[in-house]
Amino acid sequence: MAATTSPAPGDPARGLGTSEASGPGAPSPQSPGPRRRGGQGRNRGPAQDVAGLGIGRALGFVAPALLLIGAFLVFPAVWTIYIGITNYRLTGVEAVSPSIVGLSNYTKALNDALFHNALWLTLLFVLGSAIIGQNILGFALAWTMRKARPAVRRTVEGLVLLAWILPSTVVAYLWIAFFDRDTGTLNSILGQQGTAWLIEYPMVCLVLFNTWRGTAFSMMLYSSALQAVPPSQLESARMVGASGWQTLRDVVFPHIRGHVLTNTLLISLWTANDFSPFLLTKGGPNHESETVPVYIYNVALQGGELGYSSAISFLLLIANLLVALLYLRLLRRRS
Amino acid sequence: MRPISRVIPPAALGVAALVLLTGCLGSSDSGSGDQDATRNADAKKVELVIGANSVKGGKNSAGATFTSDVLIPKFVEAQKAKGVDVTVRFEGDGSDDEVYKQKLALSLSNKAGPDLMNMDGIWVGEFAQAGYVKPLTDTVGDAAKVDDWDGWKQIPDSVQQLGSFESKRYGVPGGTDGRVLYFNKKLFAQAGLPADWQPKSWDEIVAAGQKLKQLPGVTPIQINGGTAMGEATSMQGVLPLLVGTGATINTDGKWLGNTASVRQVLDFYRQIYGGGLGDPVLQREAKGRDKSFAEFAANKIGILLEGDYFWRSVVEPKEGVAKMADRDTAVGYALIPAAKPGAGVKGQDFVSMSGGGVTAINPNTKFPQQAWELLAFMNSAEMVEASLDGAAKITQRTDVNAKVLAGDPMLNFVATKVLPITQYRPGLAEYPKISAALQQATADVISGKSPDDAAKAYQTAVESAAGGKDKVTSN
Repeated sequence: MAATTSPAPGDPARGLGTSEASGPGAPSPQSPGPRRRGGQGRNRGPAQDVAGLGIGRALGFVAPALLLIGAFLVFPAVWTIYIGITNYRLTGVEAVSPSIVGLSNYTKALNDALFHNALWLTLLFVLGSAIIGQNILGFALAWTMRKARPAVRRTVEGLVLLAWILPSTVVAYLWIAFFDRDTGTLNSILGQQGTAWLIEYPMVCLVLFNTWRGTAFSMMLYSSALQAVPPSQLESARMVGASGWQTLRDVVFPHIRGHVLTNTLLISLWTANDFSPFLLTKGGPNHESETVPVYIYNVALQGGELGYSSAISFLLLIANLLVALLYLRLLRRRS
Repeated sequence: MRPISRVIPPAALGVAALVLLTGCLGSSDSGSGDQDATRNADAKKVELVIGANSVKGGKNSAGATFTSDVLIPKFVEAQKAKGVDVTVRFEGDGSDDEVYKQKLALSLSNKAGPDLMNMDGIWVGEFAQAGYVKPLTDTVGDAAKVDDWDGWKQIPDSVQQLGSFESKRYGVPGGTDGRVLYFNKKLFAQAGLPADWQPKSWDEIVAAGQKLKQLPGVTPIQINGGTAMGEATSMQGVLPLLVGTGATINTDGKWLGNTASVRQVLDFYRQIYGGGLGDPVLQREAKGRDKSFAEFAANKIGILLEGDYFWRSVVEPKEGVAKMADRDTAVGYALIPAAKPGAGVKGQDFVSMSGGGVTAINPNTKFPQQAWELLAFMNSAEMVEASLDGAAKITQRTDVNAKVLAGDPMLNFVATKVLPITQYRPGLAEYPKISAALQQATADVISGKSPDDAAKAYQTAVESAAGGKDKVTSN
């Protein structure tokens, strides 16, 4: 990515054993931010180790990984692209003899009001629950907890983490019970009856649910990121009488910018591809909370149109890749 | 960006995958009976699986209980006497019908799935077109054996249609059903309505709803609507209302589009859900139908349009999903009236819709002969009667019906009063899409769209589902 010398042709180490063989879109939360020692942006250790191996043997070592990636990532992706240009269905004549329909599924998506609706809702869902909700709440929690006694911090972190560890089905049912019109906790807290929250304000409910569920991850990430802010700098900021906001902006943020980017990218991608809204609302009422993954499911499994749903899935994949690329650009611009 | 060598392995895999793909899809040829139907006919050790969307203690619990505890042991015993060691496994499911359907289709597309499978009769057409089910005479191979089965004589033609497609039999129907208006007699008494209520027009349903509206905490009327309920909206909502206007969804090969009948039905939905007589929220909830059952059982719903399934599996005092201990005294049932007397299909005063399940044989079963034996055994008079276990159900067999009808007033009512005036859905492959468009139209009205606008949008959806304007009637 950054200025590194690529191995010379013929060098058996090409494409192997470097710490970045996993390609884009898989940023490790452990290695964000600028290296404080500057200089070498890359650890080339393992590359030297395989230098003595023949390419065949080296390939042998990575074969299992390649096979797995091929079978579970590459093949399904290619298969989806292929189905996306057919009118394949699960039942009926098209199940036996689907025909290639070229890009007509894609033109359909362009004119499909329900798909546009799904795109907007997904954007809203990502913006509300990931970029704003989880990010800000996660950071606020981490910031508040940074000076707490370790015991207190661990307890709070443990509690918040529970939400993240619990299977989404369980969490979804908790929230369904919370929002329920007749027996819901929320209505009894408010001392009222009769608001069906999931029906009246489905997207608000989904944003709340996902914020609550995902905040833990951001909090953990920012907690560890804040450890990297040198106490001496914070101390100096205090000495010169900087306000809390100035301290955050000029002292803390430069140190954790990489973390913020990484975290925002990860949680945005997770949220955009999250299927749990289905558990709460099935995309209803009347498509008002039908995010793209839920729409894909409904088209495929309720309507049986696998060709069309594959085309939309591919569009979602492209969108994810664009987000990942944008992230890489931003990361590069930092240095 | 990155050294080209990094992308070589994935790219190579991609290319390999593409090569593999060519010709993969659609290779599940509809198998022109290329399998030998007599395979394993003399096997001494046989394994069969029965699959159905029912589960003990949950959905259609009684059916699952009967299959596991009575049918399978009896069949195993009967086969043992013939010196055959049979193992039969019941593979229950408890999902929504749409999900079960797609699961089944997925299994079948991979040449897997249970040997005997229970499905909704309305799916037979789509499954047959996909080659997932084949005519019984093909699967079993011996036409005489299938066609001479004595059970057929006991199954009325209208019911046999449930398991047929393009006049070939694909499975044996497991009975049929009928839809009625259920009402809560306790609430009716409080509202000053008669215990032997029988409305003669839609207006009378609305009038009863107005009276029930005065009871606190009671939803007067529940007619299924919206998309969350899926096919339940069609069968317990739009379609019975539609035949009440004199129209059927498919006539002379044309689908019903934006017509006066459709607008009239949508306007009735507007009256109910826009007029405070129904609960619009229930129609929009993901689990709305289950909730409506629970509310009816808790005496919170006055009138509910449902099939006899509701009587035997929902409010049934012992095994129901929303038990009502006092069902027999507290729940009344009435015929569904046409919009006005004589306005129904064929000039009828009262109408209903019917459907039913079918058991078909998986064409890829290892044991086609034994599967047929099990299917015939399952549908023998003795087993059909045993499956009732005293519950109300219109069985497929007239001999069994004659025997048990008299003993159950509800069953008797459906068999003698509802079945003669009922209609069946068209067994055409496009039907599910048309049905989905109808559901969407009701959803639009419930969320505040005018019936006219909803009907216009419905027209567009039907045209695309039917494959052209010329296949749709509109006026």
